[in-house]
Amino acid sequence: MSETFEPLIVGFTCNWCSYRAADLAGISRKKYAPNVRLIRLMCSGRLDPTFVLKAFAGGADGVLVSGCHPGECHYLEQNYKMLRRYTLLKRMLAQMGIEPERLRLVWASAAEGNKFADEVTAMTEEIRVLGPLNWNGIDHARQRSEKLRSAERPPSAPEKTEKKAKPAAVAARPAGPPAGKKPATPPGGLKPPGPGKPKPAPPPGAAEVKSVPAQPATPGEVES
Amino acid sequence: MSKPTFAMYWAASCGGCEISVLNIGDRLLAVDEAFDVVFWPVAADFKYDDVRGYPDGYIDVCLFNGSIRNSENEEIAHLLRRKSKVLVAFGSCAMAGGIPALSNLTTNEETLRAAYLDNVSTYNPDRVVPQPNTTVPDGEPHIPVLYETARSLDQVVDVDYYMPGCPPEPHQIWAVLETFIQGKPLPKRGSVIGAGEVAVCHECPLQKDEKTIERFYRPYEVTPEPGRCLLEQGIVCLGAATRSGCGALCPQVNMGCRGCYGPVDDIGDQGAKILAAIASVMDGVKPGKTDHEIEQDVEAGIETIADPAGTFYRFGLAHSVLRRARKNGRTNGTATRLEIHHEENQY
Repeated sequence: MSETFEPLIVGFTCNWCSYRAADLAGISRKKYAPNVRLIRLMCSGRLDPTFVLKAFAGGADGVLVSGCHPGECHYLEQNYKMLRRYTLLKRMLAQMGIEPERLRLVWASAAEGNKFADEVTAMTEEIRVLGPLNWNGIDHARQRSEKLRSAERPPSAPEKTEKKAKPAAVAARPAGPPAGKKPATPPGGLKPPGPGKPKPAPPPGAAEVKSVPAQPATPGEVES
Repeated sequence: MSKPTFAMYWAASCGGCEISVLNIGDRLLAVDEAFDVVFWPVAADFKYDDVRGYPDGYIDVCLFNGSIRNSENEEIAHLLRRKSKVLVAFGSCAMAGGIPALSNLTTNEETLRAAYLDNVSTYNPDRVVPQPNTTVPDGEPHIPVLYETARSLDQVVDVDYYMPGCPPEPHQIWAVLETFIQGKPLPKRGSVIGAGEVAVCHECPLQKDEKTIERFYRPYEVTPEPGRCLLEQGIVCLGAATRSGCGALCPQVNMGCRGCYGPVDDIGDQGAKILAAIASVMDGVKPGKTDHEIEQDVEAGIETIADPAGTFYRFGLAHSVLRRARKNGRTNGTATRLEIHHEENQY
């Protein structure tokens, strides 16, 4: 829940609209939160609810589902099916204790690059407020960054690794082009974070990153 | 003493599996003839210490029903695994958590509160809730520790075969026992026995018309038209994602399939699959509405499904992808021991 918590969002996008909206956002140099990992489906109707459950169980803090606007489905009406599954799934997830904000539906046509980007940013901020999901009591974010760090760390040089930790941990999250801005600004930020404030983040970020591995010795489960 | 040995055990279960075994009728005599019963709490007077005294691998076939809900269940699961050559997870509870695993949707505190305190038919003026350790004038009795998360048998020990059903159908039980009695070659370890390989819909005689529906009804709200698919009449039926083998008994008496035979092969998560199927039979949306209106219409239709998680995972929550609900915002998918060191009158 600290400032350095970077939500990990798995996004399922439709090949015919929202994936292209994401493309458009990139081509337009639109800045938005780098927290979403997109998976392209041929249609949002292809979204098996199992995918969403596996994403949550496997460490995602949120799942974004995006498809064509109602009435514009490339396959006539599969996005309606997705809408019903999404609605039902959301109710079921609430019973499992998963906050509704963690599953988000976005209608985005291929022309709506801006909308797509804004929604991703808004969702990232909402989940940042909620904090990590850590399903199964596993600190997935720490596991990821530790994995990355151990992959990058040379066998010796203990002091230097501390410094390397910073880029490693950052790299664990963005993986996308616009890594500059990290919307560490307060919660409810529904607006896209404007450009700027790229630098102030590092010092506290680095401190946090250091503190993370210093926590308990055992990664993984809470208790077993 | 050349007869093969047979054991049956109930962990967190209702006893229905045992009754289903008795329901094989006269053939029970054949079972008695073929097997030497060495442990079967419901039918024969053997103690845990008797089992502890057996050499490892002494039991040829052990049918284990019930989920793992407390420390006693777990201890005996380990014991029977060690003593058994073939351990069968018998019935929905042992296979996938079953009804006891529905408690994974809530916390032990809530469960105990409902069972011992808040239930309108409960008379408990002293507000006594069972404790693992207590002190009474006669000594210190200990009872098993209730775990926070109910588990299936295979989440505790290795399981050789799975036999689904709540309870397993007698003809399937007999077919399986016959396999053991006659010494036929056993299927691949880890496979599901005593069940079909297709979905319940395949053996359901009700007619399917591919009609869509606008809303769902609970069974008491509607009298279904005979002979027609229940799902298409708005009654939640899990047949599309559930393994066959029962003969589609429930749909034929106007009760939607409850999903006790577990998921069909290759389905990871029964609840998620049936959720997808159920959402698909709902109506197409009329044109000429805004996105928001459409979302509201869908919402209204979906709301007619009461308790989605409890319905879709009625028998398989422990085996599902998520396995249990989060408690108080803290996640906990692995089984943990409940700290029941309550002070008196904590509730």
